[in-house]
Amino acid sequence: MSTSILSAHNLVKHFNAGGFGAARKVVRAVDDVSFELAPGETLGVVGESGCGKSTTARLLVQLLTPDSGSVRYEGKVVGPELPLKAFRSKVQMVFQDSFASLNPRMTMIDAVAFGPTVHGMSQADATRKAQDLLDRVGLDPSRFGGRYAHELSGGQRQRVNIARALAFDPQVIVLDEAVSALDKSVEAQVLNLLMDLRRERGLTYVFISHDLNVVRHISDRVMVMYLGEVAEIGPAESLYSAPRHPYTEALLAAMPSLDPDRRTMEAPLAGDPPNPIDPPPGCRFHTRCARAFGPCSAQVPTAFTVGKNHVAACHLNSVKEQVA
Amino acid sequence: MAVTTESVAHLATIEKSQGYWRSVWTRFLRDKVAVCAGLVAAGLVLMAIFAPWIAPADPLDGSMIKRLSPIGTEGYPLGADELGRDMLSRLIYGARLSLFMGVVPVLIAFIIGSAIGIAAGYLGGWVNTVTMRVLDVLYAFPSVLLAIAISGALGAGILNGLLSLTVVFIPPIARVAESVTTSVRKLEYIEAALASGASSIRIVRDHVLGNVLGPIFVYATSLISVSMILAAGLSFLGLGVSPPNAEWGLMLNTLRNAIYVQPWLAALPGVMIFLTSISFNMLSDGLRSAMDVKQ
Amino acid sequence: MTQDTVHSVTPLVRVEDLSVRFAGTPPVHAVNNVSFELAPGEVLGILGESGSGKSVTLKTLLRLLPERKTTITGKVEVDGQDVLALEGRALADHRGGVASMIFQDPALALDPVYTIGQQIAETVIRHEGVSKSDAMARALEMLDVVRIPSAKRRLDNYPHEMSGGMRQRAMIALALACRPKLLLADEPTTALDATVQIQILLLLRDLQKELGMGVIFVTHDIGVAVEVSDRLAVMYAGSFVETGSVKDVIRDARHPYSKGLLAANLVGAVPGTRLDAVPGAPPALNALPEGCSFAPRCAHAETACGISPLPLWSGGGGRWARCVHASRSAASAAGANT
Repeated sequence: MSTSILSAHNLVKHFNAGGFGAARKVVRAVDDVSFELAPGETLGVVGESGCGKSTTARLLVQLLTPDSGSVRYEGKVVGPELPLKAFRSKVQMVFQDSFASLNPRMTMIDAVAFGPTVHGMSQADATRKAQDLLDRVGLDPSRFGGRYAHELSGGQRQRVNIARALAFDPQVIVLDEAVSALDKSVEAQVLNLLMDLRRERGLTYVFISHDLNVVRHISDRVMVMYLGEVAEIGPAESLYSAPRHPYTEALLAAMPSLDPDRRTMEAPLAGDPPNPIDPPPGCRFHTRCARAFGPCSAQVPTAFTVGKNHVAACHLNSVKEQVA
Repeated sequence: MAVTTESVAHLATIEKSQGYWRSVWTRFLRDKVAVCAGLVAAGLVLMAIFAPWIAPADPLDGSMIKRLSPIGTEGYPLGADELGRDMLSRLIYGARLSLFMGVVPVLIAFIIGSAIGIAAGYLGGWVNTVTMRVLDVLYAFPSVLLAIAISGALGAGILNGLLSLTVVFIPPIARVAESVTTSVRKLEYIEAALASGASSIRIVRDHVLGNVLGPIFVYATSLISVSMILAAGLSFLGLGVSPPNAEWGLMLNTLRNAIYVQPWLAALPGVMIFLTSISFNMLSDGLRSAMDVKQ
Repeated sequence: MTQDTVHSVTPLVRVEDLSVRFAGTPPVHAVNNVSFELAPGEVLGILGESGSGKSVTLKTLLRLLPERKTTITGKVEVDGQDVLALEGRALADHRGGVASMIFQDPALALDPVYTIGQQIAETVIRHEGVSKSDAMARALEMLDVVRIPSAKRRLDNYPHEMSGGMRQRAMIALALACRPKLLLADEPTTALDATVQIQILLLLRDLQKELGMGVIFVTHDIGVAVEVSDRLAVMYAGSFVETGSVKDVIRDARHPYSKGLLAANLVGAVPGTRLDAVPGAPPALNALPEGCSFAPRCAHAETACGISPLPLWSGGGGRWARCVHASRSAASAAGANT
């Protein structure tokens, strides 16, 4: 336990989707999700819409309160053992929508300086820090510091958002689709910035994205989510080269080919991801899984250890174990 | 220390971008209709303020011989009313009470309604539900009926009219404030501010107010014309302003018997009400589009 | 090889020197001197980032741009018809009849108050004047064509009753209902989940083969472009900077911007290493630099890059790039060979 900087323990978050009594509908956004982050590592989180990756991010930074389960920072439960305000300066978040994440009435300097002033820094010191950070993320503070969000491009705004997160001197940054809305050439610049900052400051990232290429590039470990649950989690290399959950396989196979001679010939899955309001029983993936068998529709698969730090929640692995 | 002074020098060189309100102003100036409406509205306000200097005659000084003189009569450029008072002077003086009854209730309702709406919108949950349902009950009454009912219960008089109009405008303003705040509340910069550990009061002050007051204010300006018309209606019914004060609604009422004798004369207060309300409406439309910052 | 056959037949689309300006001070140069041809049954992928003019080019082919604010110059021919001269009834026949379009967001492109069946039937009736029952039969057939399961039931669904992938299929059915010769696709898979995106891409590829239509597919995603296109055009700041067969452009990009895009897509990148990122951002379309628009971001820029017109490097068979260096290296290579 002491080795992890941030950890999630059996996080559960359900949302009301309307209806009363027996007709009450519940979105099982996150169901029993646990994982740990080692200091300095980057955990990639992938999955399709409705898989609960954004909810997980908000639970992790305590923007949402879990129905049950807990988040621990350096082993201390956030809330009872570690005051929320202290936790806030350790774990920060960068959102997908660079425009909506900036107050349209604030200059960029003020936006970055806001956090430190909340934590007691004087306005002058915070402004100075904001300038240094803007400079660090590649924006000349004398040119950009006095501007407003709508006067910046998407890439520049996302740099400001990164600077704002850095202003707390955090240990962990949760990046929720932080580069997804950017154009490819700009995305590459921001990825470079993130990798540089990680090295300089020894940052730990939770990198959420739907883009498997990008996740593979930046992550040490990858977590695959499906309908609010962790399907597979493991080192990026082994997860990409030898996935142990059919859903991971499908996601990888669904990536458009970059090789004109090897175009994708067959879609790995049919239909859309089911609604998280009413997830299937047993293994939630069994309705779309080509290799579903006996226990899949009835029994929730436990997490099978399939390699070093590599865990997959799929019954196929139990069969393999028995065969082996 | 040297580093510090250098940073301070650096601080001074930051080029301040054209502020938000500056850019709103630039965009507003490009909208010719809104600028015209603004000029008319400003003219009306000036007319009200400087009424004693502009008005050619005493608005209360009547002459029985000149009763219902038509427009263009010597010494009475816009004619005289049913008591022989100079119409032009009465219209000019009327702007004072009419604008007062248009602006003040809206202003008070803007302050109270915004406070209620922003609190309900930011806090959300059951606070929001309870507050908004109570306001909905008030809102369910037609505004004219509500104003008449309150005014009627309190009795005639400017102050009572003012009070009743204020009560009428609080629910709609609070509703707009609530919906604007709720939509801002969902934006990620508020989440980012929450993630910074800032207190609710601080978040509302630094991040919510600046972004919601503009739209609420624009909505409130559009109510000024409604307030004027309602006030005129109250005066017309004998509630609100009482004779011999000059107020457009009241003038419309007292001149209604003359409509067959001097229709143009009788219509003049109505024209003023129309002019004022349409200029304030167009002004608020122009403000709304000027404040709409695109990415 | 395909290129030779491509250029021997009459093209389905011929665009010559197309420029599109939007009114403004200064005016926005959205598309600048774009020329290309599309053979019947060919798939052209237009690859570009936001603001590159790819969607504007596509909309020009259907004349979907607001007329009052837009100045279009150049020549646009689809199926032998001058699209820019079409008026009234002829334009209506062109839209949806000869050429039709699918969009990124089917939730916005489909009418929420009509069922899928009604919407398809209405289009068929308008273009072909058939009876209502025939039109409904065609609608059912189209839902089968786009592989919507239990099509008969789906006919009576409203758009909001369908999942994202189903809606996108329904929109494709609507677009293909009148058997257009040209399908214009504007990022039709961008809003979809990965496992659904690949289904739609494969569907489009299959339908293109079955129906033999020409397709222009606009996307910002190289992978998507590779999956569906025969030929690729890379667009930057309103201009085509490079075209060629998919293989040529992907394997042997000549324009530094194309190379930058490939690097940004992590083609051949070692995980965890810094990317060879193109610095800066695209220029504002109302203040384009003289000469090469990419020069301000280009590592190899020199004085020659600022002079219009830029030299054109041609590799034959519709393969070309508009870059000083591409043409120079080709010239020196040719010199070395002789």
